[in-house]
Amino acid sequence: MLVVDPENAFNTMLSGSEQALNLSIKLLAVYALWLGILQIIEDTGLDKVFAKWLNPIIRWLFPNVDEYTSGQIAINLTSNLLGMGNACTPSGINAIAGMYKGGKVINSNMALLVVLNTTNIQLIPTTIIGIRILHNSVMASSIIIPTIITSAVSVVFGVLMAKLCAKISRKGEAE
Amino acid sequence: MSAYFIPMIIIALVVYSIYKRNNAYNSFVVGAKKSFELIYVTFPYIVAILAIVAIYNASGLNMWVAKIFAPILNIFGVPVELTELIILKNFTGGGSIAILENIFTNYGVDTYIGKCASVVMASSEAIFYISAVYFSKTKIEKYKYLIPLCLCINFFSAIVACFVCRFI
Repeated sequence: MLVVDPENAFNTMLSGSEQALNLSIKLLAVYALWLGILQIIEDTGLDKVFAKWLNPIIRWLFPNVDEYTSGQIAINLTSNLLGMGNACTPSGINAIAGMYKGGKVINSNMALLVVLNTTNIQLIPTTIIGIRILHNSVMASSIIIPTIITSAVSVVFGVLMAKLCAKISRKGEAE
Repeated sequence: MSAYFIPMIIIALVVYSIYKRNNAYNSFVVGAKKSFELIYVTFPYIVAILAIVAIYNASGLNMWVAKIFAPILNIFGVPVELTELIILKNFTGGGSIAILENIFTNYGVDTYIGKCASVVMASSEAIFYISAVYFSKTKIEKYKYLIPLCLCINFFSAIVACFVCRFI
């Protein structure tokens, strides 16, 4: 299109950019509200409480990680569950660094953490609900239950596949 | 029933905050301030994606892509309208919000497609971003099975999302 219709190409791109500005203002409204609520969770220490509950599951999923790393994984998964996008990243980086034993190849624990982050287990998908409300949805939160079901199914699938892949690749190395 | 989720959580949170003797209002303001940083980071991606999408749609390329992917997606019961979202979702979170917005405008929020798009968006994460950022403190270069595995999981969750949305 840049070649065939140069007259309208820039206009078209500009309309996209304008749309981006409108969307960002909407998102700002959603983020401000939700990040405010998340800050209350963080300041009351509620995220640490959730992290403590998750600890036994983490011990079971991630064998051979030290105390510090499992704590970081807990925070990472909790922030995922609560939809605290920003809080996921630092704890995720720390957790991966804690599992790192040198070398250039990933190990199965790292892979599993990334898989869990990919499936994005979220109790309430607030950003999406916010955008839905701004689009005048009459049942904006109707996606909560399908989202939880979908995430749960893909987490189980993801963990099984990750464990399977780890097994296959270990076999491959042994031969 | 799910309409009560968010209000209940907010009320419970404020009550818990009072019990913990934490100033909920101050916390809220501090958190809300962070929204500007977040937009500051995501805005360039949203502009880039929407400018590209505008060209992509105007050029008619979208019709071709839809034609190619339709038969594959049909097998798994995934609406063709979600093609771009499912592909882009792997690369960028901010950019795919832009696509979601487009889907809502074109096909409606409370339609089957709108619902599927919401759930697809909410139940997967941009893996190329995660794998780039999370490993930043290490010297890892070989990801072995990780990327194909995550792509496969994301596609799987899209199929599940569209399936679940049929019933709920």
